Amino acid sequence: MSDNAPVLHAVFGRLTLDSLPLNEPIVVGTFIVVALGGLAVFGAITYFKLWGYLWREWFTSVDHKKIGIMYMVLGIIMLLRGFADAIMMRLQQSIAFGGSQGYLDSHHYDQIFTAHGVIMIFFVAMPLVTGLMNLIVPLQIGARDVSFPFLNNFSFWMTAAGAVIVMMSLFIGEFARTGWLAYPPLSNIGYSPDVGVDYYIWALQVAGVGTLLSGVNLICTIVKMRAPGMTMMKMPVFTWTALCTNVLIVAAFPVLTAVLALLTLDRYVGTNFFTNDFGGNPMMYVNLIWIWGHPEVYILILPVFGIFSEVTATFSRKRLFGYTSMVYATVVITVLSYLVWLHHFFTMGSGASVNSFFGITTMIISIPTGAKMFNWLFTMYRGRIRFELPMMWTMAFMLTFVIGGMTGVLLAVPPADFVLHNSLFLIAHFHNVIIGGVLFGLFAGINYWFPKAFGFKLDPFWGKLSFWFWVVGFYFAFMPLYVLGLMGVTRRLRVFDDPALQIWFVIAAFGAVLIAFGILFFLIQLAVSIRRRESLRDTTGDPWDGRTLEWATSSPPPDYNFAFTPVVYDNDAWWDMKHRGYTRPQTGFKPILMPRNTGTGVILAGLSIALAFGLIWYIWWLAAVSFVGLLAVAIGHTFNYARDFRIPAEAILATETARTRLLAAEVTK
Amino acid sequence: MNRFRSLALLPAAVLLGGCNMVVLAPAGDVAVQQRDLIIVSTVLMLLVIVPVMALTVLFAWRYRHSNKEANYQPDWDHSTQFELVIWAAPLLIIICLGAVTWMGTHLLDPYRPLDRLAAGQPVTQEVAPLRVEVVALDWKWLFIYPDYGIATVNELAAPVDRPIDFSITSSAVMNSFFIPALAGQIYAMPGMQTKLHAVINRAGTYEGFSANYSGAGFSQMKFAFHGLSTADFDTWIADGKKGQGGLDRAAYLQIERPSEAVPVQRFASVDPDLYRRILNRCVEPGKMCMSEMMAIDAKGGLGMAGVYNVLPLEYDKYRRRGSVLGAEPGYVASICTPEEAAAMMASRSLPASVPAGSPLIGSGLQLPGTAVPGFTPVRTPSLTLLTGERRPSNS
Amino acid sequence: MSDAALTTTQGAPRFYLADEHEHEEGGSTALGFWIYLMSDCLIFAILFATFGVLGGSYAAGPSPKDLFDLPLVALNTSMLLLSSITYGFAMLAMQRGRTGQLQAWLAVTGLFGLAFLSIELYEFAHMIHEGATPQRSAFLSSFFTLVGTHGLHVTFGLIWLVTLMVQVKRRGLIAANQRRLACLSMFWHFLDVIWIGVFTFVYLMGMLR
Repeated sequence: MSDNAPVLHAVFGRLTLDSLPLNEPIVVGTFIVVALGGLAVFGAITYFKLWGYLWREWFTSVDHKKIGIMYMVLGIIMLLRGFADAIMMRLQQSIAFGGSQGYLDSHHYDQIFTAHGVIMIFFVAMPLVTGLMNLIVPLQIGARDVSFPFLNNFSFWMTAAGAVIVMMSLFIGEFARTGWLAYPPLSNIGYSPDVGVDYYIWALQVAGVGTLLSGVNLICTIVKMRAPGMTMMKMPVFTWTALCTNVLIVAAFPVLTAVLALLTLDRYVGTNFFTNDFGGNPMMYVNLIWIWGHPEVYILILPVFGIFSEVTATFSRKRLFGYTSMVYATVVITVLSYLVWLHHFFTMGSGASVNSFFGITTMIISIPTGAKMFNWLFTMYRGRIRFELPMMWTMAFMLTFVIGGMTGVLLAVPPADFVLHNSLFLIAHFHNVIIGGVLFGLFAGINYWFPKAFGFKLDPFWGKLSFWFWVVGFYFAFMPLYVLGLMGVTRRLRVFDDPALQIWFVIAAFGAVLIAFGILFFLIQLAVSIRRRESLRDTTGDPWDGRTLEWATSSPPPDYNFAFTPVVYDNDAWWDMKHRGYTRPQTGFKPILMPRNTGTGVILAGLSIALAFGLIWYIWWLAAVSFVGLLAVAIGHTFNYARDFRIPAEAILATETARTRLLAAEVTK
Repeated sequence: MNRFRSLALLPAAVLLGGCNMVVLAPAGDVAVQQRDLIIVSTVLMLLVIVPVMALTVLFAWRYRHSNKEANYQPDWDHSTQFELVIWAAPLLIIICLGAVTWMGTHLLDPYRPLDRLAAGQPVTQEVAPLRVEVVALDWKWLFIYPDYGIATVNELAAPVDRPIDFSITSSAVMNSFFIPALAGQIYAMPGMQTKLHAVINRAGTYEGFSANYSGAGFSQMKFAFHGLSTADFDTWIADGKKGQGGLDRAAYLQIERPSEAVPVQRFASVDPDLYRRILNRCVEPGKMCMSEMMAIDAKGGLGMAGVYNVLPLEYDKYRRRGSVLGAEPGYVASICTPEEAAAMMASRSLPASVPAGSPLIGSGLQLPGTAVPGFTPVRTPSLTLLTGERRPSNS
Repeated sequence: MSDAALTTTQGAPRFYLADEHEHEEGGSTALGFWIYLMSDCLIFAILFATFGVLGGSYAAGPSPKDLFDLPLVALNTSMLLLSSITYGFAMLAMQRGRTGQLQAWLAVTGLFGLAFLSIELYEFAHMIHEGATPQRSAFLSSFFTLVGTHGLHVTFGLIWLVTLMVQVKRRGLIAANQRRLACLSMFWHFLDVIWIGVFTFVYLMGMLR
């Protein structure tokens, strides 16, 4: 080393040229593709002079609809990254037989399966779910925005910052090689001395701030901002599930924050929470992280249950069967989700009584879940079912999810879990519920609410193609894993000996290819729909003959959502309005107070990335500067008292008159 | 149970003919019972799953939009009878399943000594179980046979129809000890011991491995498990005794170092205290055993004097740097016996392992009156503590 | 709002609010801040649980009896409790609209908070100087983390307090500032409650262990 090594170290921390994966062709190739793509997007935006528009109308927007859409865009982009990881794993596992090492060494393979899990849960499923809640909940409860519009923008940018940190790990340094929950002692500094686990920790901490604040925000919105007449038991089911999910977020994410903070201290200052020596206890981490981790599963699935409830009722053109029991089932699941965490590690060797307790509480959750399933079934019963895309996804869900539910209960029987734990059977199970449940639900929701967000429907042809490839691909990809699990194959293996296994991995890889087409056709569906938007235009604001308040306003809704706050008498408020002679008010508008846009969220998130980067690479000056910057910007923001502006009555009159004309044209058409 | 088995296996057998579903066709009685539990639970759940799936398809077809003949009641949203059924049906299934779970979990508790070798074959008093001590290393398995004084790496053998009593721990990170044909898995955790009782009923060679990701060499962390007849097992033991070398603490510290895809190794003798030391994380000379540490802690620790009873770590798997803002990695020094302390002082040359100028905690370096850097017990080994006398508080 | 008010004179249901009062800004702030405090409380719950699990793992090192100086901690506790009382006086002054009094009480609160922090830092420095570092044992790790996290909260509370004093000076007791003072009040008392838990569970019970 030369004389300036200490200087370099002070400036760059442990970041050196060797940290860049320049000698790894796959990563360099990926980087070139991403860089060229990024440059193309950047150039296009600059060429079309869109930066100002994006900054003013989107990045700094505090409009819940736009923030919801940005969450969805983030989720879809990260889906591509997470799926790229998935298909690399499938390829590796289908060729690494008979002495072949496949094409990935353990250094890469172990990063890939860790990144896949982290990205799919935190940066695909969470943003998509949060995005839909953001977009729809205020509309469903007749509100004009969320309780804390600035916080909403900030939350989104923190989530995006977390995603940026994960993506940086691909090109600068490496990601964790620990599995998506980073169990110590493996994730501790002794066994993972490199930057991977630090990327993991800081990505989740930064994104966790956003998730927590968005949870607080949506709870307040639902509790405080419902339209008059909408009592708790008249809330749409999606809003109910959103409420429960956000309660879960607020009550679970602090646990993740705390446990990751303890791991951080272990790694940075050498404390002894989860170490082997000096009295530390690694199994405490496993307990704590699953106290967050199990509710997290329900954070994802509950809103999706809400989507299915809305879709089933709308497309069966019938009231939701058993609204009350649906609500109680949701609340029961919310509470019970805190009493089951130990079923993720029955094999730790707790006593039989402890294991049975957690096994049986887990099974009890299947009772309200089963009741929900029957409720959807009886909503279809004596209905008039239109098999549009959202309903198709719902049907696929109902048939797929019960299988996942069954294997889940099976895994909750401790002695059965002893032979199935950590096997590919488990992998098949949770993909069965996360793809068959969460993801199918998100696609149902996207197809259902897309016209509300953008004013035109999604193209059904490409949508159906995407649907069939996804569903068939799912069965091809994961049913073999059930079989492999019963053959005693465990997860996260990179190479195999037994040639009899290979055919199943090949089938699974084939399934993954089908899913890749499903994703591709979904993207084509988006592109085609945008091109054909005039013929897919929804001028009524109510393309599906909907039942809840979001369909009462135009598509896309005006900034203020509702010119007059609606009054609710029934849990199918809009259906009730349509059938009891509601007439749209056309005069008498008053100015509406709305929050002003602000760039503070973007700046804070940017500084958070710098802080995280400094901490990951031990660049202390950068960390210190960005931390002080964070404080200064946050405090500076509180000195801004002028956060609102009024939309003048004339502007509202103009918007509403335009809509009146559109609706009239629709009637005469 | 046989009826269930054939019923449930029939379609599976047709579909999957030729593929070895070891979880559904195991060779050990514990795994057989676990398999039976899987099948019973599946059948119980199918009682509600199959009707739901059938009804989904039926309703979807019958109430489709184009079927104008079907009954359409847009405002029908409640029926007390239906509500009762939809809550009661899953509830009843879960009550049955819960009962099965409670019994099965207690009967198949891995800590519970076996009471049968197979259905209708109770364990008799005269058969002593085979004791095996299992240690998960980075990335291979060490098996110690305390009754025979031998040890093997990545090879395990047991006589057919004799209960096996596994004691399981790990040297560094968490693994899971799993032989699908024999019995369910259980975690192998550092500084902790788990137990597994099992029996193999059919002779043969089965696959065992770690079922919990543990780092780079995890994929090849496999071993062969041989179910042998009693005679073959005796031969195997005798062969083992003829094997190369012994496994003492020094040899263990060598094989403990990370290595991947390790071939079978046999040790003709083994330090009888080794497993206890591995479990208590005190194989390294001069390191305090966890059992001792816990006993001291239960009596209230060693006071302020104990603060400096820490030695720097020489080796911990990787070139371990410790945490960036913290101290150098270290461990608590043993104060077991004066002899051991003396032996340790003689054997260690500390300064050599410590880079000059690095911050250092430990080994009493900063203690006044210690000319030679090295280990000096800070106060007379507080054996009085261990005998139950409570130390007066310093404050 | 009764149903009668929601129907038109003809008896048909009224499906929207014709004249609506503007939503005052910050209507959900109190609720939102409560929810945030509860989530913060969960972080402390985890740290308490961690201390509960690891609090007896001294790794053959010092135990609470060797380390804790109860009179000092009692003094420390009284600082924080007094700061809560003076914050209460500040809120009373705010309700009476007396800006000068409010600022004075806030300053006193800040000084008590600063005294609390100084004593805590002195305690930490003393322990580390004696070799009882957070790295020495799991007990010390969980002790420093639990107490330190509380101290960090107090630090942020102080920064917030100063910020609010500036804002009150600039803008006076406008509604937004009153709301912020009320939030900080909740935060400050919340830290007090947590400290009572720390004092009891860590220090007192530690000495009894």
